[in-house]
Amino acid sequence: MSTPNPTGSVAGNGLKLGVLLMATPLLLWLVLLVLLPHIDLLMVSLRERISYGKYEFSFVNYIEFFTEPLYWNTYVRTATMSILATALTLLIGFPVAYYIAKVMRGRAKNVLFLLCLIPFWVSELVRTFGWMILLRESGVVSHFLQWAGLVDGPVEMLYNDVTIMVGLVYTSMLFMVVPLVSVLDSLDDSLIEAGYDLGGNAFTVTRDIVIPHAMPGIASGCIVVFMLTLGNYLTPTLLGGKSSLWFTDQIYTQFITRFNWETGSAFGFLLLVLSSFIVWLGLKLSRQTLSDTVG
Amino acid sequence: MADQFDLECRDVVKNFGQFTAVDQVSLTIPQGSFFSILGPSGCGKTTLLRMLAGFLEPSGGDILIKGKSVLGVAPNRRPVNMVFQHLALFPMMNVADNVAYGLRRRGVDRATIKSRVSETLARVGLPDAGPKQINQLSGGQKQRIAIARCLVLEPAVLLLDEPLGALDLKLREHMKVELKQLQHEIGTTFVYITHDQSEALVMSDQVAVMNAGRFEQVGTPQELYYRPQTPFVAGFVGESNRWQGRIETIADGRATIRLQSGGVIYAAADQFGMSGQTVGQEVDVFVRPEAISLERQGQGTTNEPGLNHMQGRVENLLFNGAASSVQLKELATGHDMNVALPQTGAFADIRPGDILDLGWKADQTKCFPAVATKAASQTDEAIA
Amino acid sequence: MSKNTGSLRTTMLAVSALAGVALLAGTAQAEELRLLTWGGYAPDDVIEMFEKETGIDVEVTLSNNEDMISKLRATGGSGFDLAQPSQDRIAGAQKEYGIYKPMDMSKVDTAKFIPSMLAATKTNTTVDGDVYGLPHIWGTSGLVVNTKEAPDVKDYTDLCNADVAGKVSYRLKRPTLIGFAFAMGMDPFAAYGDEAKYQEILDKVEQKLIECKPNVKTYWEGGDALLNLVRSGEVVAAMAWDTGGWKLNSDNPDITFVAPKSGALGWVDTFALPRKSKNEDAAYKWINFVMQPEIAAKITASAGNFTASKGADAFVEGQLKTQFQNSFPQEALDNIKWYPPVPAGLETLEGKVLDRVKAAQ
Repeated sequence: MSTPNPTGSVAGNGLKLGVLLMATPLLLWLVLLVLLPHIDLLMVSLRERISYGKYEFSFVNYIEFFTEPLYWNTYVRTATMSILATALTLLIGFPVAYYIAKVMRGRAKNVLFLLCLIPFWVSELVRTFGWMILLRESGVVSHFLQWAGLVDGPVEMLYNDVTIMVGLVYTSMLFMVVPLVSVLDSLDDSLIEAGYDLGGNAFTVTRDIVIPHAMPGIASGCIVVFMLTLGNYLTPTLLGGKSSLWFTDQIYTQFITRFNWETGSAFGFLLLVLSSFIVWLGLKLSRQTLSDTVG
Repeated sequence: MADQFDLECRDVVKNFGQFTAVDQVSLTIPQGSFFSILGPSGCGKTTLLRMLAGFLEPSGGDILIKGKSVLGVAPNRRPVNMVFQHLALFPMMNVADNVAYGLRRRGVDRATIKSRVSETLARVGLPDAGPKQINQLSGGQKQRIAIARCLVLEPAVLLLDEPLGALDLKLREHMKVELKQLQHEIGTTFVYITHDQSEALVMSDQVAVMNAGRFEQVGTPQELYYRPQTPFVAGFVGESNRWQGRIETIADGRATIRLQSGGVIYAAADQFGMSGQTVGQEVDVFVRPEAISLERQGQGTTNEPGLNHMQGRVENLLFNGAASSVQLKELATGHDMNVALPQTGAFADIRPGDILDLGWKADQTKCFPAVATKAASQTDEAIA
Repeated sequence: MSKNTGSLRTTMLAVSALAGVALLAGTAQAEELRLLTWGGYAPDDVIEMFEKETGIDVEVTLSNNEDMISKLRATGGSGFDLAQPSQDRIAGAQKEYGIYKPMDMSKVDTAKFIPSMLAATKTNTTVDGDVYGLPHIWGTSGLVVNTKEAPDVKDYTDLCNADVAGKVSYRLKRPTLIGFAFAMGMDPFAAYGDEAKYQEILDKVEQKLIECKPNVKTYWEGGDALLNLVRSGEVVAAMAWDTGGWKLNSDNPDITFVAPKSGALGWVDTFALPRKSKNEDAAYKWINFVMQPEIAAKITASAGNFTASKGADAFVEGQLKTQFQNSFPQEALDNIKWYPPVPAGLETLEGKVLDRVKAAQ
């Protein structure tokens, strides 16, 4: 009489069902809102409009991207500017995060951290308009400079690449500081002290101990900031003015202004490929893995 | 003159706002010795150590290493190195890089670094550990690497901040011996801070007992144990039975102490530097558990004159092999006592409720003028 | 031709977001009118009166031409009961995407419309014999000029004059291409049917716009942003809608709308029924309601533009009429260039020109 344990298998099935039920929202979300739209996007990007309501399979949208220097240039420019913005955000965010995590104590630490959060209580649109009010020709900074006698006439500080960069860095700051603070918080103070004790100085301790320890945080911060920057639409468009070439703007234009969903989808996919590639490259170069970074 | 000491502190003070963490501490540590600072947590020993390492600046006084003041010298420029409480090995580097770290900071050339590192690793008994990652090491191995990382720099003084605290008991016992041996072999001056008296007593040449920011007593482990100079040292170093009382008479080289809880204890008079003035003095009385001899009730050899004699009822038997002891309630006063069991196993069969005769010689009694607890003990008496 | 660009933010995920809208829209109640329209076209007081009279709730979504087409295209014409695209943007979109359904003229009180405007709109929005649009509000785009600072700006191409360098603004959208083409002495509307000829015109406009680029302070996106630029004096001449110029004129008499020498560009925003409209009856009720002269006058006051409602002028306040007459003497009125329906495919040609202008250094 060797009966397999029936209760065990029932319990096993029950458990599986439970897990499945719990995972249902996630699966639905992944399939309906992530996977399906992307498949649809891919299919749309691979067709060509022949005439009213008639479409054929074709690579013309991708060919268009590679043959039209404008798109190609915008693509490269967006990637370069995003990488630069990410690097700048890291350069500014690291000391800030270090200060919050390692120098400040108790209440002041929380207050400072909260201060970093405050700009994010309003929408990106409002923040961007805030910058416009500050930097425009008839704006606050221009008036102040004139009042202080530093300049003779009004100064226009909007509508150039530097302004775009300022806006992007500002918008991204929090997303760099938060992971850095948490990773630096987890760095035992005695490691830093040991670094000094054994003869290190501020530079070598930072290079050999703090940065290697913070690497997962740096990588995750950089990934988030890079993706946000690459996918940003408002800041480059509003602050950049007449020469603000940004790839998302191209996608928006293709979809909304031109009704050219085919090219728009192709561009969308190319952006996806670009961000995936650069993130992959960044992880390879910094010898991090995605699981380290998000885990 | 001064350079025969590796480390010297002169009236070092450290204040944090109103709070004085280290109060007028002076010490001299001769070259090549193992010096421990023993004290309860919060006594200021860590603050003192951090001042030695350079992470804190003293509010007053002077610190000299090899006869030179190091006030205002940054930690990375002091000829001392520190083994941290949790060792602070760099997890982002392998063992060899950890050990090489300090040499690299000094700009030593690669070949030299390589040979010095393997030399040092061999010295701490881990010649093949170089390529390992830190998390592949056992607790004891980490310990040795942490020490090797400092020793490779040949510091004048090695500071150790309770580095055994995180180890399990067995390993800790083992490492105590090993550390002492290592220090003996290499001859570097060790300054070791701990709250664990057994660590301090086993390893040290000299121990400073620290309490509330001050040194209570500095001496060899034997001096601290057998000749404590303050009630704190008597209470903190080793086990003691403790009473409070008043000196009633001093006669024939023997002081009679009337206990607050009733009863009398005799003490050798010479420890007071005797004179009539001490009669009437409130005192704290300490007797080590192993100084008390046991007899079964009525078997009477302890009942000699001049010997302290008490009777106690067994409450608990604490069997711990060679370190076994018995907890008793003294019959006359109800005082709780702790007495070491002889290692012969003669008392292996005693049971709770048995009555035992207790006795010890007068010169085993330690008395100290009661100071801080006087007011409290008087109210206790009033209630009783 | 968008006036107030509501939401700018759309990414490639627009598809999924719109799919979500479609799902939600399915749960809408029957007695509700979901209106896809421009800012100012459905003022609160009018909505309130309509709700009181009919008991139908009106839910307004602000949009612009491109956005309307994109939204309806994404949902296959559902999610809204009534839309208000410009008359030239109906036929092409209908042929291409089939997002509208024909108007049932028997349900519309045609007597309330100005006959000439109704007829013209019907012609422009007829596809395969069915009418898809009814005129609602019309207006023009031309130049908003600070006449004191830039007295010489009379036509689109004057924006490229050296004396206003760095102080002009226009949009990078099709009206700019059309306006410049007219100002350069060409007739783009006549070339609508001939792609090669149209491309030729576009090439010349492209060159002009690239030459003109250093003169431009910024290419404006939203109407409010432009008005701010002009109000603050940072921009002294811009290509914009008449109503914006008149709004500024009320604050600062130096600023006004100027009909360009080569002709203002005339547009008519319409009523059109999305193909999957759930409450057609409410849509017709709304059309008939807002075409009453008194109501139409209220909408004129709110939107700043005149309507196709017959007799509504009588109820419009005096200042707007005066401003209108100042900007449009009879010959300027006669010179308005009305947008004919845009053939499909032109937008792609135009798009590339606009891209190249934007990328030019």
